[in-house]
Amino acid sequence: MAPPRPPTGPILFLPLVFLFLFTTAAASAAAPEDEKFTEELLLRPLPDRKALAHFHFRSSAPPAASVGRHHHLFPKAISQLVKKYHISELELSFTQGRWNYEQWGGFDPMSTNNAKPPGVELWAVFDLPLSEIDATWKNLTHTLSGLFCASINFLESSTAFSAPRWGFKLNEGNLRYGALPREAVCTENLTPWLKLLPCRDKAGIASLLYRPSIYKGYYHSQKLKLRSSQSLGIILDQTLTVVLQPNNVHGEQLHSNHGQLQPNWSMRHLFNRKLSGKCLVSKSSRVFIEVDKGIADEVNISGSVHSWSNEFFVLSNSPDKLIKGQNHLEMQSSFLYVYDASNYSEEQPLDLGITWKLPLIWTCTPSPFHASRFLMGSGNERGSIALSFMSTNLHKKISGSANDCSIKAVIFQVVPWYVKVYYHSLEIFIDGSRKTVSEVVDKIHVIPSEDKLLPGTLEMLLRFPCSMQSGTLTLDFDKGFLHIDEYPPDANQGFDIPSALVSFPEFSSARSYPEIDPVLGSPLLENFQEDSVVKSYTEVLLVPLTTPDFSMPYNVITFTCTVLALYFGSLLNALRRRIGEEERELKKRATRHGLISRLLAKLRGQKVDPSESGSSFESTGSKKLLFKVVFVAVAAVLFHYFSNNS
Amino acid sequence: MAIRYWPMAGAAVGFRLVLVLFGGDLHLASRPEVSTPLTSLRRLAEGYWLKQASVSPYSGSMYHGSPLLLSVLGPLTSSRPDGHHAHIYCSLIFVAVDFLAAMLIRATGHELEMARNRSLKSLDLTKAVKDTVNVSAGDVASLIYLWNPWAIVTCVGSCTSPIENLMVVIMIYGSCSRLAPLAAFGYVMATHLSLYPAILIVPVILLLGYGLDAPPPKVFVIKGSIARKSDVSDNDKTSRQRVVQQFSWKPVLHFIFWLFIWSCHVLLLSSVILKKVGGLHEMFEKTYGFILTVKDLSPNIGVLWYFFAEVFDFFRNFFLMVFNMNIIFMVLPLAIRLKHRPCFLAFVYTAIVAILKSYPSAGDSALYLGLLGLFVNELAEMQFTFFLFFGYIGVSLLSPVMHNLWIWRGTGNANFYFATGLAYTCLQTVLLVESVSSMIKHDRKLRLLVTS
Repeated sequence: MAPPRPPTGPILFLPLVFLFLFTTAAASAAAPEDEKFTEELLLRPLPDRKALAHFHFRSSAPPAASVGRHHHLFPKAISQLVKKYHISELELSFTQGRWNYEQWGGFDPMSTNNAKPPGVELWAVFDLPLSEIDATWKNLTHTLSGLFCASINFLESSTAFSAPRWGFKLNEGNLRYGALPREAVCTENLTPWLKLLPCRDKAGIASLLYRPSIYKGYYHSQKLKLRSSQSLGIILDQTLTVVLQPNNVHGEQLHSNHGQLQPNWSMRHLFNRKLSGKCLVSKSSRVFIEVDKGIADEVNISGSVHSWSNEFFVLSNSPDKLIKGQNHLEMQSSFLYVYDASNYSEEQPLDLGITWKLPLIWTCTPSPFHASRFLMGSGNERGSIALSFMSTNLHKKISGSANDCSIKAVIFQVVPWYVKVYYHSLEIFIDGSRKTVSEVVDKIHVIPSEDKLLPGTLEMLLRFPCSMQSGTLTLDFDKGFLHIDEYPPDANQGFDIPSALVSFPEFSSARSYPEIDPVLGSPLLENFQEDSVVKSYTEVLLVPLTTPDFSMPYNVITFTCTVLALYFGSLLNALRRRIGEEERELKKRATRHGLISRLLAKLRGQKVDPSESGSSFESTGSKKLLFKVVFVAVAAVLFHYFSNNS
Repeated sequence: MAIRYWPMAGAAVGFRLVLVLFGGDLHLASRPEVSTPLTSLRRLAEGYWLKQASVSPYSGSMYHGSPLLLSVLGPLTSSRPDGHHAHIYCSLIFVAVDFLAAMLIRATGHELEMARNRSLKSLDLTKAVKDTVNVSAGDVASLIYLWNPWAIVTCVGSCTSPIENLMVVIMIYGSCSRLAPLAAFGYVMATHLSLYPAILIVPVILLLGYGLDAPPPKVFVIKGSIARKSDVSDNDKTSRQRVVQQFSWKPVLHFIFWLFIWSCHVLLLSSVILKKVGGLHEMFEKTYGFILTVKDLSPNIGVLWYFFAEVFDFFRNFFLMVFNMNIIFMVLPLAIRLKHRPCFLAFVYTAIVAILKSYPSAGDSALYLGLLGLFVNELAEMQFTFFLFFGYIGVSLLSPVMHNLWIWRGTGNANFYFATGLAYTCLQTVLLVESVSSMIKHDRKLRLLVTS
């Protein structure tokens, strides 16, 4: 507001002091609606001997009217972005690796909210008239691109984003969705992300983010989620989800878990760091260890805090609290051991870990169907996309064995324009037998792709019978041919089709924590309690496209033009020719001595009588020539004159 | 010879039926030589599906054909009988369409032959000009059309080119037999389906105005003057009648009237079909616009796809204009030189269109090769026929091989396939130029025969 400059006098300095006093007074008056920052970390052992770490940072700013343009904790860049582009919701994720839905679970809030497709995914809901949204989206992509050092600006072109109506998230046409499957994620994206935190990675939970260890993992997803409204203000959730392989003490890197003891790990093993206290400006700073339902059933955790040390495993520190979680069917699902980071300090750092005593095998709850997508066909002319669903028999566990029930699934898929999908070729096979489309598809919404203009968007609501073990959907496509400028530098690597999203609207992954007191105020658990449908992303597909010869433009242009000139010239010549005249001319030539023959004769010393007719012909010929030259010169001058004038 | 025509024609139709019914899915529909983005039946099925889903059939750069075809052929594409390939009903229709086209070519040939005999008789040249082929030109042409492997492949390979060809043939037949409404119908439909036949208005008007192909008027003048010299009697009158070949406006005006009526019909029907999904504006943009701006760069047997895939964006518009104008440039010179042979002029225009159109296919070549058969007597002295015949065979064998190497095996590259396209364009050019010049030579020969 007032840049520091040498005060010219006490008179000028005084109002500044008053102003300062006034603003502090105003800020303290608005104390109940202050900006807040919380940091949380959730650690979870995974069945395939890996460990999941989920960092969650929430910054919130009260509604703009109460604080004006200034912020204490909330990142200014984000609030400006929200105000400028009228964003009501936005989610940006940078992901490397694929979430393993079979091993790491597909039915919990972690997989539905934090498992993201590889590369960059961005969606935003705007609070704007529909006509302005596309332009705003373009500006937004450029801003985010600058903010996060990523090529999000590639989402600017209309071929890269789409406007799903209900397949992704129900909206009134004000949602835009775009994905860049090939975007590489690295520290250069993490650094600007960390800059949005008040303590960056200097203190608190973020200090655990030691780059070499978090980028070593199997899955890395960094996400930024914004929600903004008049009543709530702006809420910024920053999450980082990593799946790491604990550095085993014995140096074994075994992936199977049959009869083997799970690897023991602690924060130092995972991150090469220990947690030394909280970020001072944070309102709360907690670490959770989540124990899955699978473990909880085996271990028979009684529900008391003392269960942290049992016959199967022991945690390195005694927790401050134990929270029971329930899934949406009111069934016991998981336990959370809570640690408050503010109890630890530089001298007494927290090195939370788990030590296994007995081998334990458990599985995470899967989604109702395991969805995967693959390409069929060979060659570079056409192919088919197949989406396959394998039943995980979840419904039997949940609802018994009612066989005449059905399970809804929503498919949302964006296909780039150079993959020209024939939507009429949709075929559905259930347990190997072909079904008509109307038997399975309840609702379908297609926005077909326009060449070089729009990607194709497919939203489909399917209804599978519960007894289905495997289902497959196939769609034929033709591969497009691009102009040489449209190919990326590594054209032969192929093109990516972004992940499809499959969601199961009848299944909610929300957890409830009945014993939790609302005072605890943990945004992480609040997110877990939010009602969200079970979702899973499929694989990214790599489609090789035919390439033309990139070194040929000049050759092709000259060859083609030569052939066309040949056509034009020879046809015109055939029309122009007067064979009769030519023959007459030839006869004349034969009777008359040519100029060269006369010269030759002269050289030989023979006498030639100069014929009158020949010279007259020559003179008329030279006149004609002269006239032609003059005509061409005049035409050239006129052309030059007119082209200069215009 | 007429005895042997029907078994041959029947065998050709039978062969097509066998291929359609028992050939299984030959995957001809996806051959770039057979179906182009404009004529592909698969794209038509997609357009029909979109229309059924109450989306504009033109949304999504898939369908670029006429809405009339969509409503005629569309319902047939959606029903799939088991044991046959997907578009069997359409293929059966195309067999009938091909047969009809062959019959019309035959009828046109008979008309042309009668006109030719008439004019030769009036010139007293019936004996001097021996028919090299002892069969009717119409039979030859229609058998060429029926047995042309490209026509067969086009007919079996589920694309809409047979219908486009039929419309052109209807137009030529209608104007040869002076049926103005039929000629106008063929003209309007052909133009509606593929735009390029629009230039055929010149031969149609000449046919309607001056009548069928005849030797140049000059020959009749010379003949008349010779006849007057020898004896001033009955002969004079008849030759005089031929010489003063008045342009008759009545059938032309009739044609223009019907042209207007049919255009209104087509536009009205199209707008009714596209009433709730898009409109006529979108139709023109997606059909004619797509043809003229060469938006689809998928390979075909022409050369323009590779040209526009490689040409610098900056020059794209310039070359689009050049290539489109190239077709129009030759219209007037040809019309001036060949105005006494409008039917041959129609053949030449069809060939030019097949060479220079933005998405050429084997079906276009099948049409002009069929029409070429109509002038089998006039073009008997054509040069390079051996070279052309084996050139066509060589290209049609090499082109699929190169395509396979490039697209399916990945061992060849685009230049190989483009080279066959270049060779094919050159061959067509040679055929065109040779046929035009030998027709001119034929006219000259007639004049020499008359004067001698």
